[in-house]
Amino acid sequence: MNLLWLQSAGCGGCTMSLLCAEDPNVFDLLDGAGISVLWHPALSVESGQEVLHLLQAVERGEIALDILCVEGSILRGPKGTGKFQMLGGTGRSMLDWVRSLAPRALHVVAVGTCATYGGITSAGGNPADAVGLQYEGSHRGGALAADFVSKSGLPVINVAGCPTHPDWVTETLLLLKDGGLDAEALDGFGRPRFYADHLVHHACPKNEFYEYKASARHLSQAGCLMENLGCVGTQAVGDCNIRPWNGGGSCTRGGYPCIACTAPEFEEPRHPFTETPKIAGIPVGLPSDMPKAWFMALASLSKAATPDRIARNALSDRIAVPPRLRTPRR
Amino acid sequence: MSGSTLLVGPFNRVEGDLEVKLTLEDGRVAAAHVNAPLFRGFEQMLLGKDPRDALTITPRICGICSISQSAAAARALAAAQGLTPTPQGDAMAALIHAVENAADHLTHFHLFFMPDFTRPAYAGRAWHERAVARFTPMQGSAQRAAVEARAELMHILGLMAGKWPHTLALQPGGVTRAPTARDRVRIMATLSAFRRYLETTVFDGPLEAFVALTDADALLGWEAGDAGLFLQIARDTGLDGLGVGSGRYLSFGAYPMGDGHAFRQGVWDGGPSPLDLAGMTEDLSHSWMLGPSAHPSQGVTRPDEDMRASAYSWCKAPRLGGLTFETGALARQVVDGHPLARDLARQGGVLARVAARLLELARTQILMEDLAAAIDPSATFMLQDETPDDGMGVGLVEAARGALGHWLRIERGRIASYQIVAPTTWNFSPRDTSGQPGPLEAALVGAEVRDGEDTPVTVQHIVRSFDPCMVCTVH
Repeated sequence: MNLLWLQSAGCGGCTMSLLCAEDPNVFDLLDGAGISVLWHPALSVESGQEVLHLLQAVERGEIALDILCVEGSILRGPKGTGKFQMLGGTGRSMLDWVRSLAPRALHVVAVGTCATYGGITSAGGNPADAVGLQYEGSHRGGALAADFVSKSGLPVINVAGCPTHPDWVTETLLLLKDGGLDAEALDGFGRPRFYADHLVHHACPKNEFYEYKASARHLSQAGCLMENLGCVGTQAVGDCNIRPWNGGGSCTRGGYPCIACTAPEFEEPRHPFTETPKIAGIPVGLPSDMPKAWFMALASLSKAATPDRIARNALSDRIAVPPRLRTPRR
Repeated sequence: MSGSTLLVGPFNRVEGDLEVKLTLEDGRVAAAHVNAPLFRGFEQMLLGKDPRDALTITPRICGICSISQSAAAARALAAAQGLTPTPQGDAMAALIHAVENAADHLTHFHLFFMPDFTRPAYAGRAWHERAVARFTPMQGSAQRAAVEARAELMHILGLMAGKWPHTLALQPGGVTRAPTARDRVRIMATLSAFRRYLETTVFDGPLEAFVALTDADALLGWEAGDAGLFLQIARDTGLDGLGVGSGRYLSFGAYPMGDGHAFRQGVWDGGPSPLDLAGMTEDLSHSWMLGPSAHPSQGVTRPDEDMRASAYSWCKAPRLGGLTFETGALARQVVDGHPLARDLARQGGVLARVAARLLELARTQILMEDLAAAIDPSATFMLQDETPDDGMGVGLVEAARGALGHWLRIERGRIASYQIVAPTTWNFSPRDTSGQPGPLEAALVGAEVRDGEDTPVTVQHIVRSFDPCMVCTVH
């Protein structure tokens, strides 16, 4: 299979993250899987006219395109022209190129939350009129039509994340190559379920603090970040704590909250990212699938039951009180 | 092809979007116009938001300078709060930032710059087969080794910053995670492995020996490793005289700690002088931007949606005292006073920029080792403070590719103004009111364009020697 990668209006961070793939490295992984890169803007040697000729050949159908990866949101501004991003040397907007090339591809993969839903590029007043490939925020219909399907019959495959974990991208590509990614394998926002069926909360190292609602008041404290510091790991999809980042990390392991970067419209939470919105002192927002009354009852009960060790460690920047030693029974 | 023009694009391996218009005379570039063809509007997005949100939003300007953006935002907020991080918090932020910068130097050399020497146009040169074996994109042995070494080095960021890119670990008061004694030795082990890679592959010799080189002649005698391959290519193709800049260099100072920086702050124009940004302006005469030219503390970002014909880029044109300045690893090492860099500044071309990056890669490894060894697992790594209702702050840092500044104004608890000037905003700026070309535009003049070339290889070497980051440039 061949692959064409375009960078539209984003930061390039999903490619930078992809290069962090390990066991094997990303080049060996793609090569080993039989996926050849037609062109990638950060990697390929071809520049200028060579690229233009390649894109034109794909557009004319002279080169059959298997996988089109698009990284970055698509800009419609100013005034619907798309001219906030012109593809250099071609005299055409990226909006125009993407609309022309996507129907030619067997599969279309949106890489990152900008490409999937608009993402951070659509934050604030969305000054550049950014959208995702097939979504505008959580609404279907973006740069491509709501009912767009690629030649394979699949809608745009939304590998959301800001940035994407390298394995989310590589495993999506491997599954496409293997024929193992069908409509059932995508969730309601088009995300591959192999990582979107998990919550960031799963395997979070702060889980014991969460069980007792033993909460950090400030960043750098070890306690749970949900009650005060904006963490939405119990609602956000992703296997970030099951398969950690860069060897062993995740947002919560790094001591800062999950901001649900895999979700549509994460860029506008309507509160400061690192502050939990509250009504009458009670946090707004519930863990996924949790009835409110039960959550309130359990939270108040567990809070009252918090062991001293956990209460003290929650407000400390490192473990202040170790678990009590247990001696084997004789 | 006298008087003809060439439009070069899409220009890749420049971390974003770039288009260069060349005017040719007698087989050489007579004039260049550099266009940053992407505008997203981060400075507008930030208006009205809680100031702390800058720590989430600004890193996402750029996936390769992400921590640099974090560091600038954190320092701007700290300045507005009147907060000084603890010494250990400062040092850990410096280590986290240094890992990104070292990784970026590695990425630039292996993935962005060197592949141009694998082109068939160079077939037959003594070094060409080796360049092809080492640097063919996604296949070359040096490329494979580099992405693996880079990924392993980034384990320090997994450990201390949660993930890369786009971390929230850097805060105005320090860093969110206090390292333990175990973390310290783990970091030292990762750095030890990275040194082994550098000393067996990139330099094929002791880092201290490379850092001890004092002039360009001694440098050209370094034949080992991929650094030696680059120097052989540079000698053979005349990279020393290609893409010569103005000789004016600017550094905001890298890794601020206490009262100083690991790499000094300042300006170089034939001699050193202190950094004084009072005379800085962003000129908008040739940018698709509306409003007056202004100091970034007074600046606005209003895109000209009609894209008037007298302008040709979304990039503003930063000037200091009315002059262009080049920024980057060469500038940083010249300002810091390293003898090799000062000697390379006499050339000021492609060889000087790339060699200075290799020099800085070696020096940064030594710096990271020193910072890791000095980690005190009993110290406080972060202080807390409230964001003021009203205030101003400036955050000045050095990304891999040069000087990055954030200018923040807070009114009634909200961001009232946020202006960002990135390294490539300086280097790839368009002309200003006086018609003075930007640094790249000037450096391209005189470059040879061979008959039939539509994407001249000399132009590509010059452009990439700056290690541009186009997504930061306009933001």
